[in-house]
Amino acid sequence: MQHVSPIREPLVTGGKTYHDITEDVCRQVEAKPNMRWAIALAVALVGFAIFCYSVYRTLWYGIGEWGLNKTVGWAWDITNFVWWVGIGHAGTLISAILLLFRQKWRTSINRAAEAMTIFAVICAAMFPVLHMGRPWMALWVLPLPNTYGSLWVNFNSPLLWDVFAISTYFSVSLVFWYIGLIPDFATIRDRATGPIARRAYAFLSFGWTGSAKAWSRYETVSLILAGLATPLVLSVHTIVSFDFATSVIPGWHTTIFPPYFVAGAIFSGFAMVLTLMIITRKVFKLEDYITLEHIESMNKVIILTGSIVGVAYITEFFIAWYSQVEYEQYAFINRATGPYWWAYWSMMTCNVITPQLFWFRSIRRSLTATFIITIFVNIGMWFERFVIIVTSLHRDYLPSSWAMFSPTSIDIGVYVGTIGLFFTLFLLFAKFFPVINMAEVKAILKSSSEVKPHHQHHSNTMHGTAKDSNSNTSHSNE
Amino acid sequence: MNKKFVLGIYDDEDVLLTAIENVRAAGTKIYEVFSPYPVHGIDDVLGIKRSRLPIAAFFFGLFGTSFALWMQIWMLGFDWPMIIGGKPHIALPSFIPVTFELTVLCAAHGMVITFFIVTKLKPSMKVPVFDKRSTDDKFVMAIEVKDGETDLAALNNLLRTNGAIEVNQKEVLK
Repeated sequence: MQHVSPIREPLVTGGKTYHDITEDVCRQVEAKPNMRWAIALAVALVGFAIFCYSVYRTLWYGIGEWGLNKTVGWAWDITNFVWWVGIGHAGTLISAILLLFRQKWRTSINRAAEAMTIFAVICAAMFPVLHMGRPWMALWVLPLPNTYGSLWVNFNSPLLWDVFAISTYFSVSLVFWYIGLIPDFATIRDRATGPIARRAYAFLSFGWTGSAKAWSRYETVSLILAGLATPLVLSVHTIVSFDFATSVIPGWHTTIFPPYFVAGAIFSGFAMVLTLMIITRKVFKLEDYITLEHIESMNKVIILTGSIVGVAYITEFFIAWYSQVEYEQYAFINRATGPYWWAYWSMMTCNVITPQLFWFRSIRRSLTATFIITIFVNIGMWFERFVIIVTSLHRDYLPSSWAMFSPTSIDIGVYVGTIGLFFTLFLLFAKFFPVINMAEVKAILKSSSEVKPHHQHHSNTMHGTAKDSNSNTSHSNE
Repeated sequence: MNKKFVLGIYDDEDVLLTAIENVRAAGTKIYEVFSPYPVHGIDDVLGIKRSRLPIAAFFFGLFGTSFALWMQIWMLGFDWPMIIGGKPHIALPSFIPVTFELTVLCAAHGMVITFFIVTKLKPSMKVPVFDKRSTDDKFVMAIEVKDGETDLAALNNLLRTNGAIEVNQKEVLK
């Protein structure tokens, strides 16, 4: 028995039936691409072209095309890497952690959020690979036998841990996402009219029939994958933060980094999910599935993680003063008042002040306000990574080696280019894949929709009414 | 050899669950039930045992842990020992992250591959569903017909009195 409170808001509005869900989600997969989608894809492809050109310049002329120097040896690339990986984290949080917490509102947003995770990790991976200078040598990061001994990789290095963390995270997220897609591909396959669509979706659906036994195993696999992905997602940003925390640079060498990075990752990821969802629900007319209730729930996560991040900023300052380490104190004073003060205060404004507006229910439930605030959060989180990385490096122990970093046009091109790459992938996904997990939304329909689907004519032919009336809740999913 | 099936089509999960109970109580063997989404409680009424996939996942994970530890200890401790940052050759705390990641990697992929194999899911062009509406909004109960043994009229009656909106016959080429 599960009790559903009468004051709880419905997660699916508009009195949908199972068939309506199939129709609403399959509509844009089956329809011809519309003009708005084509224009959006064209813009994204321009971004992708910028990416290709910038990568060509980086590879042909070398890393000298970037604005790095001897003092600031890590800057734009690693900022973007951490930013993109962080964005990816919200997808796994929604699909795995909220599944373990039995949060039904995740069902209509998990598909797109997981897609976002995968595309964000692809974009993130570009930066360390390009920074190698010779990406065709990338296999050297793996412990492969070689003719130098074999000389093995250094398992004491956080950069190597990153290789394992990111590749595990990417492949497990991909598999988790695909398992969820299989039943929905089967739905599209069974509706498809064209021979190409039927064959393509038959191939993608892996011959799924939806038998009770298969569903039983499917649910077991989803639960265990969620259980595995939850510590995995926490470990990924923890290990990313180790890249900094295990070094002895003032401003980096702090134990607060792992929880601080994970909270920041979820914060920026939810902002990106909201940015994408507000557009997607409008363009594909999915307002009945991604409701204001969903937007409000995500905004609550933003205010929680945003406040954690704010507390972490203040804690860092306090600990720098309390530690009585001169270099550590200087690193933080320099962040707030040094030559990069504008980056620091952009970060503080966007990350600490703007999300606090979500304490007001009217702002939490306003699409325009949410959209604007999430853009601010995305910008703020980018600046957070930039502040941590560049301001800590540019003035280290030796004043004679102090330097400034400014990005070249190629730096900016690679970054803007990955945004183009991300949106190209996301738009292709939104056109050809079901953006909402149909099977899971159908499973919560009976317990979480505005109108309970009525089948009165059946209950008459059946026995006792007592059993029927309570079975509406007792068999409800999750 | 062709197999014949009688398909009872339902359009509500609760009606379906009661129908399964009654059909099984009447001594009819249900071949398979197809649904557009996981129906909760169907495992119990159909008598489906709990999946052993978590056990498989545990052993794949255990393999990942042991392999990762062996790999790191052997490579840095025995095959080519080096002093890195003044740490011992076998610096176990440094080996935790990679060990954890490989545990998750092996457990997740091992379990998913096992799932694909036992559920016979693989890319193919065939459309194997009995009734195409079962991936949209209908629940399909399939009962195998054995020539000379199955009383079709009685079966039809049993399914209909238990709420089936349609009863169809289907022949499957094997």
